[in-house]
Amino acid sequence: MTRTLTLHRAGPGLSLQDLGRSGYLAFGLSRGGAADRLAVFEGAALLGQAPDLAAIEMAGMGGVFEVSQDTRIALTGAPMRAALDDGTSLRWNASHLLPAGAQLTIGAVQAGSYGYLHLGGGIATECRLGARSTHLASGLGARLQDGDTLPIGHDTDGAVNLALEPEPRLDGGTLRMVPSLQTDLFGATELARFQDVTFTRDTRANRMGVRLLPDGDGFALDGGLSVLSEVIAPGDIQVTGDGTPYVLMSECQTTGGYPRIGSVLPSDLPRVAQAQAGARFSFTLVSLEEAVELERRAAEDLKRLPARLHPLLRDPASMRDLLSYQLVSGVTAGRDLDDAL
Amino acid sequence: MASHIRHLGLVFRLDRWQSYGMTNAQPTSPPQGQTSDWPQVATAGFDGLVVRFADTLSEPANRAALAFRVAVERAGWSAVQETSTSLVSTYLRFDPLGTAHAEMMQQVKTLLASRDWYDAALPEGRKLWRVPTVFGTDLAPQLAEAAERAGLTVEEAVRQIAETQLRVQTIGFAPGQPYLGELPPAFDIPRQTDLTPQVPEGAVVVAIRQIVLFSVTTPTGWRHTGQTRFRLFRPDAPEPFVLRPGDEVRFEPISPETYAALERDGPDGGATCEVLS
Repeated sequence: MTRTLTLHRAGPGLSLQDLGRSGYLAFGLSRGGAADRLAVFEGAALLGQAPDLAAIEMAGMGGVFEVSQDTRIALTGAPMRAALDDGTSLRWNASHLLPAGAQLTIGAVQAGSYGYLHLGGGIATECRLGARSTHLASGLGARLQDGDTLPIGHDTDGAVNLALEPEPRLDGGTLRMVPSLQTDLFGATELARFQDVTFTRDTRANRMGVRLLPDGDGFALDGGLSVLSEVIAPGDIQVTGDGTPYVLMSECQTTGGYPRIGSVLPSDLPRVAQAQAGARFSFTLVSLEEAVELERRAAEDLKRLPARLHPLLRDPASMRDLLSYQLVSGVTAGRDLDDAL
Repeated sequence: MASHIRHLGLVFRLDRWQSYGMTNAQPTSPPQGQTSDWPQVATAGFDGLVVRFADTLSEPANRAALAFRVAVERAGWSAVQETSTSLVSTYLRFDPLGTAHAEMMQQVKTLLASRDWYDAALPEGRKLWRVPTVFGTDLAPQLAEAAERAGLTVEEAVRQIAETQLRVQTIGFAPGQPYLGELPPAFDIPRQTDLTPQVPEGAVVVAIRQIVLFSVTTPTGWRHTGQTRFRLFRPDAPEPFVLRPGDEVRFEPISPETYAALERDGPDGGATCEVLS
């Protein structure tokens, strides 16, 4: 029988996400996929599985979940309060065993914007156009609802109770950008000012883009200037008519006519995604050569994630039923841990 | 390696863009054939390259962009992850960790130099779609406004749109959504300054001698002049995207009653197609 995950309650911003789908840009469909791609890789490392499996992305708020059979889970991205109905609280950025029939309640974010619930074996819905991720802007899939039941893929019965110290990315910071198609239009003075001022993440933000309000004047181009609609991509910093920049995110449209002052490096986009309204950002322009070096390091960091796992140290006081915890699961971290480390 | 791969900045004047009319006559920019200025290659963000064939819309540049994308796909370069076209440009997304920017740029320039892209034929296997369309009524409330802007009576505006065989210049913005050109000169009307908050899927919207046929429900600054039941994005169908660049489209007027009856017609909404030879 297929293992399933049931959503007894779904927060308003839950959707199925993976690393998105390539190859449909020419047909007007952007890649989409998880807002915080790094969180997908962290979940995969915690569960010792491939990063292309689908997980549940939770914007701002979680839900109440139950599995039909014992299932390994991992929690990554924006930390949320997570607890089982017996009172056991589950640490974020860690893997756990979710016993069949237990109710897992995930609350509101404590920092950041997007939390992720990963399952051993991944969510195994049918692929649509080569991926499982919901593309909300295109109507490809829909937000998850109360009562939804999702199939879970085959799991390899790996380890649980592993933890990972995530790369800090919840509170804004400096974003590295490279030139984009209209960077020169803004002129050296404005480009320098763009790197001097501080921006505040606006309340207007979603999976398509994040609005950043500059301290002081906007960055509008001189009146009458416009650009012929051209391709746009995640990371591009579009400056709208009133001079306010938007950083485009995974579900952005595929063409746009607003000028772009730069493009945020892919490895910095999780920070854009995770910032809450009010978070402060600044930009710094790097050369393509520097960008290649930074992205190479980021790719190496992803490969090293499994080596950074460590055993989850549990506080016995937080465990209501210590005995059943070890017996029910039949999974101990012992040998698997040795393998993982 | 840096100097010759600096991005290029281009200035486009709104008035120039809006007054430009793509015609079948010889365009003024660019001239037929490659000049010293065009095409241009620029990096776009960390992992993109854009090949621009002109700075304004013209049919040769549109054909060049489409043909160059096909050529890049055929070349099968391992670093290229995805390609697309806009009105007059081709985009490549590639992996700069596998192939350096300068190397990718050189490959693109070599391919560009291999022929006159402005001379390229339209894509093969093009189709002509006839799409039943309600003009005006409460289904498309901005017909009168668009006609007035065009200086035409409502009847004349509908006649001109219906009699123009439009071509898909590009697919973009939303999945399967075509930019169709071009309408007669009277329709060189600007986008409205305010956005209409919600215009439904299947809407025929007009601005700057172009029509966009909406594949999703979306806010827009284009005027809503017609409504169809033609679904352009069908994620679970064998052909999820119905239209291709180069396809041609005619919007054929129907009554609201016929439109209502077409609800039972499925995703084509009464649209028919034939292969163009």
